[in-house]
Amino acid sequence: MPSPRFVTLDANEAVASVAYRLSEVIALYPITPASPMGEACDEWSAASRPNLWNQVPQTVEMQSEGGAAGAVHGALQGGALATTFTASQGLLLMLPNMFKIAGELSPFVVHVAARTVATHGLSIFCDHSDVMAARTTGFAMLCASSVQEAQDFAAISHAATLEARVPFLHFFDGFRTSHEYARVVSIDDDTLKGLVSDEALSAFRARKLTPDAPVIRGTAQNPDTFFQAREAANRWHDAVPGHVQRTMERFAAATGRQYRLFERFGHPEPERVIIAMGSATGALQETVDWLVTRGEKVAGVVVRLFRPFDVEAFVATLPASVQRLAVLDRTKEPGAVGEPLFQDVVTALAEVGRAIPVIGGRYGLSSKEFTPAMARAVFDELNKPTPRRRFTVGITDDVTGLSLPFDEAFDLEPPETVRALFYGLGSDGTVSSNKQTIKIIGEYAGHEAQGFFVYDSKKAGAVTVSHLRFGPRPIRSTYKIRHASFVACHYAPLLERHDVLATAAPGATFLLNTATPAERAFEALPREAQRQVLEKGLRFFVIDAFKVASQAGLGRHISAVMQTCFFELSGVLPKDEARARIREAVEKAYGKRGSEVVERNHRAIELTLANLRSVPLGSAGSGRPRPPTVPQAAPDFVQRVTATMLRGEGDLLPVSAFPVDGTWPTGTTKWERRAIALEIPTWDEALCIQCNKCALICPHASIRSQLIDPAGLTAAPEGFVTTDFRSKELGTAPSGAPWKYALQVAPDDCTGCGLCVQVCPARDKATPRHKAIDMAPVEPLRERERRNWAFFETLPSIDRAAVKDDVKASQFLEPLFEFSGACAGCGETPYLKLLTQLVGDRLLIANATGCTSIYGGNLPTTPYTTNRDGRGPAWANSLFEDNAEFGYGLSLSVEAQQTQARLLLTALANQLPAALVDGLLTASQDTEAAIAEQRARVQALKEALKSLRGDDARRLGLVADMLVKKSVWLVGGDGWAYDIGFGGLDHVLSTGAPVKALVLDTEVYSNTGGQQSKATPLGASAKFAVAGKAQGKKDLGLLAMSYGNAYVASIALGAKDGQALKALREAEAFPGPALVIAYSHCIAHAFDLKLGAEQQRLAVESGIWPLYRFDPRRTEAGEPPLQLDSPAPKLKARDFMKNEGRFRLVELKDAKRYAALLDAADAHAARRRALYEQLARVHPVTKERQP
Amino acid sequence: MIDLSTRWLGLKLKHPIFPGASPLVDDLDTVKKLEDAGASAITMHSLFEEQLVAEQLAAHRFLDGPADAFAEAPSWLPSTGDFKLGPDAYLEQVSRIRRAVDLPVIGSLNGTTPGGWLKYAKLIEQAGAHALELNLYDLPGDPKVPGADVEHQQLDVIRQVQESIRIPVAVKLSPFYSSLPAFVAKLEHAGVAGLVLFNRLYQPDLDVETLSLKRVLSLSDRSELLLRLRWLAILSPHTRMTLACSGGVHEPVDVVKALMAGAQVTQVVSAVLHHGPQMVSLLLDGLRRFLEEHEYASIAQLSGSMNLARCPDPSGYERTNYVKLLQSWHGGG
Repeated sequence: MPSPRFVTLDANEAVASVAYRLSEVIALYPITPASPMGEACDEWSAASRPNLWNQVPQTVEMQSEGGAAGAVHGALQGGALATTFTASQGLLLMLPNMFKIAGELSPFVVHVAARTVATHGLSIFCDHSDVMAARTTGFAMLCASSVQEAQDFAAISHAATLEARVPFLHFFDGFRTSHEYARVVSIDDDTLKGLVSDEALSAFRARKLTPDAPVIRGTAQNPDTFFQAREAANRWHDAVPGHVQRTMERFAAATGRQYRLFERFGHPEPERVIIAMGSATGALQETVDWLVTRGEKVAGVVVRLFRPFDVEAFVATLPASVQRLAVLDRTKEPGAVGEPLFQDVVTALAEVGRAIPVIGGRYGLSSKEFTPAMARAVFDELNKPTPRRRFTVGITDDVTGLSLPFDEAFDLEPPETVRALFYGLGSDGTVSSNKQTIKIIGEYAGHEAQGFFVYDSKKAGAVTVSHLRFGPRPIRSTYKIRHASFVACHYAPLLERHDVLATAAPGATFLLNTATPAERAFEALPREAQRQVLEKGLRFFVIDAFKVASQAGLGRHISAVMQTCFFELSGVLPKDEARARIREAVEKAYGKRGSEVVERNHRAIELTLANLRSVPLGSAGSGRPRPPTVPQAAPDFVQRVTATMLRGEGDLLPVSAFPVDGTWPTGTTKWERRAIALEIPTWDEALCIQCNKCALICPHASIRSQLIDPAGLTAAPEGFVTTDFRSKELGTAPSGAPWKYALQVAPDDCTGCGLCVQVCPARDKATPRHKAIDMAPVEPLRERERRNWAFFETLPSIDRAAVKDDVKASQFLEPLFEFSGACAGCGETPYLKLLTQLVGDRLLIANATGCTSIYGGNLPTTPYTTNRDGRGPAWANSLFEDNAEFGYGLSLSVEAQQTQARLLLTALANQLPAALVDGLLTASQDTEAAIAEQRARVQALKEALKSLRGDDARRLGLVADMLVKKSVWLVGGDGWAYDIGFGGLDHVLSTGAPVKALVLDTEVYSNTGGQQSKATPLGASAKFAVAGKAQGKKDLGLLAMSYGNAYVASIALGAKDGQALKALREAEAFPGPALVIAYSHCIAHAFDLKLGAEQQRLAVESGIWPLYRFDPRRTEAGEPPLQLDSPAPKLKARDFMKNEGRFRLVELKDAKRYAALLDAADAHAARRRALYEQLARVHPVTKERQP
Repeated sequence: MIDLSTRWLGLKLKHPIFPGASPLVDDLDTVKKLEDAGASAITMHSLFEEQLVAEQLAAHRFLDGPADAFAEAPSWLPSTGDFKLGPDAYLEQVSRIRRAVDLPVIGSLNGTTPGGWLKYAKLIEQAGAHALELNLYDLPGDPKVPGADVEHQQLDVIRQVQESIRIPVAVKLSPFYSSLPAFVAKLEHAGVAGLVLFNRLYQPDLDVETLSLKRVLSLSDRSELLLRLRWLAILSPHTRMTLACSGGVHEPVDVVKALMAGAQVTQVVSAVLHHGPQMVSLLLDGLRRFLEEHEYASIAQLSGSMNLARCPDPSGYERTNYVKLLQSWHGGG
């Protein structure tokens, strides 16, 4: 047996390493939390790393998980070893092929990072609802509980499937295991080779489809034979457990790590036993060990091979001493007698005639923690005279009373385990450096090590919490740290928003990054934190890490600084060795960026040691109390529920706090006030030309313009600035005075991206560096601007009917999308905000899963909001793949209700004023004024209906609002529109239904981390196109134009805002389907997003992103439907591409190839232009213009 | 047979015409075409320390900064393991050119910090360059730093580079020194082997509509030769360093003039960028023809023949020339 080689990695990487080496074809589609497995394989494949048979596996990205399953199915039939990785909805899309693959007895492994299937809401986190949905496919299901097991079971499943011929679903818990960093023993190639049976492999090859020995598979069978044929494979399935156990034995012989189908741990003669599978068994084992040492006769059974369920092997784990069993399921099956594992256990016991009472409970849905306290609560329940037959654990169910109480304070972690918590900002490198720290401690110091990372749902100003454990003994604590011996807060303002010290153990070390000097650091703490420091006897240290990083030339990248502090203070390693290892880690991590980055980080390490200070403690109560989470003015639901979630205490909310069907109030981001900007725009009203471009481009609706009646300024706070409105177009204000104009920033909602300042065209003639808006440090301005913003929010909105139809005027319309969690400088959100300004009060949005759905609908707070009348966008997300169909359904529903309303109105016409009915039925609703009139008519109708009796009147009252025009928009990214949802989008466009699609095209799958889509442009590097995409971007617009009945536009707000506005207006007004494809710069393009508008201009002027509008209505007027809105390219592709990292990486990798790609990009742009120019001259034949 | 050979930085060249620092060397095929066209040496484009540093920091900011910040996306671009940031690509190109052509290869370095100068100079030497051209592109903008300090710092850097590498070093200068001859004397004293006259300082233009600066890249024209001729003529009598004329050489007669003024070699960039590598052979043919027609025996005979020490009317190079020129122009108007 070779000596063990320890590596520190997460389960995704560990599993991918095994699967890659044992596969020839890898077909993929990105989905959280499984994406990193596919990405790792793609990178290895791009680097020509061979598999076990000295061949580089083909790694292909497909258009959906359905496509990936089809591709691996075909590869298997062709005789190639294939694998894939997926989770959640992705697994569900694979189900049809999985039935086929199992039915055809094809050896295959799908690796699943188990993730919740969306129900009342979407969750990227872990439970077993996805894998349980696959348990009828005929796949064997092998469950790993830890990073080590995930790696080992990957190997065992690949080996066993070849011999068993039954395909395997190997799963492990998403995030908790897939993303947990741990020190594990790796598997070398020889060990893997030794596991794989050459004979079984040869037999697999011999079964391949080939015209040299033709057979037919996938026949259609009739009632006479299907049943019997289905039963013909029984023996193969029956034999799976034996194959798995034998493979486990061989694996043990090779590695020393012995596994069994079911394993019991704990007391040898247990009376109470808990059965579970997955990562929860780590916490369960800790608890069992702790209880056994205290004399309790308890045990746990971990289920490894869930399907086929080997009754004999399972029952053998239960000695005669067992008196009661509890089965824990990490899934929920409403309406079932019990959850799947529970049912199998009950059935198995019945089969063998063991009459042991069994209770079943749910735990851990969507990564809800499962802790020793909860495991202990289940054992306690088993001890009761009449335990609950069904229960939940981990929540407080005050509605159906199912939940078990547990002791939140219970802690059994051994004191020798170092537990460290780090609160950081997403952009400060905290998580990355903590991954290095684990490697340092795991691989150099030889300690057991574990790292787990928690992220919030924001992309701008995201908060990360790193949970690191180190110790001499194996770490089985599969839950977040509850009592930390080291707590670091890498961003002082977090202390105002989170109870950072809640988990600090007595005597723990507290490290704070703050600009406040050590002697004043204690008094600067919030009062609550001061009390905790004193009561818990914490050692308190500070460092001004931003200053140190800045001195070292690293900007705000403080990871090396804080990492150095951790090693200095924690004593995990001798200090000199720790410093040397940090330096090495820096070289390893950043060496590829170049020596300068390494040297600056080294400098930061040196400077750190001179700047770390111990803080003298003062008296409690000298600090300010932590401000309320949300303002007093927030609604009750926000106060009770949202605020609790914002504090990071959502786990404490009971079941009764929640809506039963996933319906939540909108407009909650405005209460969050995250205050993440370091700089905000300041306005020079004398210089401003009132173009409103700043408000238009703002991704977060945090700089707004407003026209104000001077009469309303009496209550304005001191320092609220207005100026005369320069235009006469709106006449005078209601008071008769000329309008005033104000530009106001929301200081706590701005992200400081700087886009507004970049697009501002008004420069000071004498000092052109000074613009009408400049960025300035926020702190001196915050209080004043808070007051100003509060006043600004009270100002009445302008009459929508009065404003002109131009860019400037559009920004006087109230945005009904604000303060989202999108990235600072996001290129997508300005379009959404504009859409809500145009039609937000009658807008229904069907939103494909992706960035748009995460910043659009990820709790705790959501950005779509309402106007003063309580109207605003109604928003829903169905899935990723079905968004067009989902929106089409919404549209059909609107239409059905409008038809119903008209029918009822007609039926009641003789009881209602004739002019009212006529107006309601025939009004055009083409303008804001006409819509306002229709709303007034509907109001009048409702009043009139009050005096009418009968069902028709009552039913008309229910649908009367539908008589006001509604607008259904599909919103999604290019991954949806170009790839996974293309079929549906294509179909919906073909129907002629008045459904509008807004495709926010970032040219990659942005939300899952930049995988290529068919929208990825030629020459760009993306995941799955590492070397730079050699094919041109799919022309989605051209495909849509081919129907001839759809309005199609290509827009780029930063390049030509007037055209973008016109396109959205025209798409909205078009009496049929519309597709608007919007260029959206993105963090995945790797450049400073404050320059996003400029890059959009370059994309247009280089011909990379042509602007056009295709309006079928023009055909009837004898005009070509296609109008080109951008001139022939006057720049080269290089002029656009040179500014973005996604292209530069390709150049760095292979300059010559990049030069060829540049030429190809120019040629592609020229060809596209030539084609469009021809199309723009085509006068289609109409009835009037027959040839 | 006319002896066209000359010397540059202690290297014997078969003739005095070769490309100056430019992107021509980025493509190996172009380099080979330059060799085929007869170029007597290859000068690498400048390795810009600032550019390298800026790009590394940009990668750090835009790739590492957003990494591990969001649950669904541990990164936003593929791992850049085998992408080359920093000087690697440049150094590899030096080595590649060394292997591809049988010509002296001269590295070029534009540094900004003492550390950068030393580090990259060494790396360029290790990559196989026969000599190194240091580009002293400096824009002193601090009113508190007197000219003497600027010169002192530059000399310090040059001395350190000289000490750290063995290959000969040339310095590419701007024309803007209080006393160029005095500074040149100090350079010679510091052991510099040659001077390149002059750096073409790319100047930003103004966009008066948008009130912004425009980056413009304009190729040289023949009018720029005159400044070089004057300073070659003034400096060459006083120095033993070899001198290169860089900027404004577009015709064979320009080569002749540069050599007559005191250069040992001429670097051509704009003309080659404009007309292609064959421009080198056209210039060479023209030079040879001139020498034949005018019965010169060697480049040595030509070089410096019209410098300040040897030309018939040295006052033409001096201040009075300005007076004369203005008067004639005025009179002509």
